[in-house]
Amino acid sequence: MIRKAFIALALLLFGVLFATLWAGYVPDPALNRTAAYYAANAKPEIGAPNIVTAIIITWRGLDTLGEVTVLFLTAAIVGMVLVPSRARASGVVFRPAGELLATGARMIAPLVVLLGGYVLANGHLTPGGGFQGGAILASAVLLMLLADPARRFGHKLIGRIESASGVTYVGLGLLGMLVAGGFLDNSVLPLGRFGAMLSAGIIPLISAVIGLKVGAEFASILMTLEETEDA
Amino acid sequence: MSLSLSLALTLFTALAMLGCAVVAIFARARVTAVLAAGLVSLFASVLFVLLAAPDVAMTEAAIGSGLTTFLFFFVMGRIRQEGGK
Repeated sequence: MIRKAFIALALLLFGVLFATLWAGYVPDPALNRTAAYYAANAKPEIGAPNIVTAIIITWRGLDTLGEVTVLFLTAAIVGMVLVPSRARASGVVFRPAGELLATGARMIAPLVVLLGGYVLANGHLTPGGGFQGGAILASAVLLMLLADPARRFGHKLIGRIESASGVTYVGLGLLGMLVAGGFLDNSVLPLGRFGAMLSAGIIPLISAVIGLKVGAEFASILMTLEETEDA
Repeated sequence: MSLSLSLALTLFTALAMLGCAVVAIFARARVTAVLAAGLVSLFASVLFVLLAAPDVAMTEAAIGSGLTTFLFFFVMGRIRQEGGK
């Protein structure tokens, strides 16, 4: 009884909260100061047609580094908590995936990897970028694991990719401090022709590095989960 | 015309999201609930596209509806194994 009353009260409070937010909402007539700065300076300062990527990788680059670090910690903790069984349990036999999934995955997985690479490489031109591309790469790994649950990828390789791209990311940021205006500054490399594949300073490089790092982290989480299945 | 069409699409997506969320809460079978929760994310990513945020939509579709749903399934399979022992 008291519990029900509490639930009703909480719902009512949330209702009032959202109603006041909704009633008081007025769309901004123009971009606010920060947004206006970003919109005006993305082309001359960063040279990236996709303003979102320009913000994420350059102006808010430190935040992205933090985000990737959080993901790294998550992957590390998952790997620490879920210890894969050393001796593969001999009695466990995986139920094979369906014919449709197994055949479909063989056809679709390379295309998914291709899409991930495309999204990574074109982060500064079209929607997407490092994080999105990395997630797409990891979903290709997921698809392969679903199609063949007994499949094992090399942890060592994934770990090397992860740490190498992490070091490269921080190294590029430090290079910005030495050569250009500060940590993760964009003008380490020339801006190039606006809208070209290799343009916008170090954004394509950092995109690729973030993508590899995020993809490796998600892939390692998935692989650890899958390997504890046969514990 | 095009404004009202996009408004109708947005409303439809939002309602579908709410419907899936209700299904996710009240579904008897756990598998249905997990799939419904994944559908919420999928509709959310469509909504992000409609609201002109394709960058967010990509992340939501890949992580929210893809990886998270399968995380649930991995864990459910593991629990079933432990329980069966």
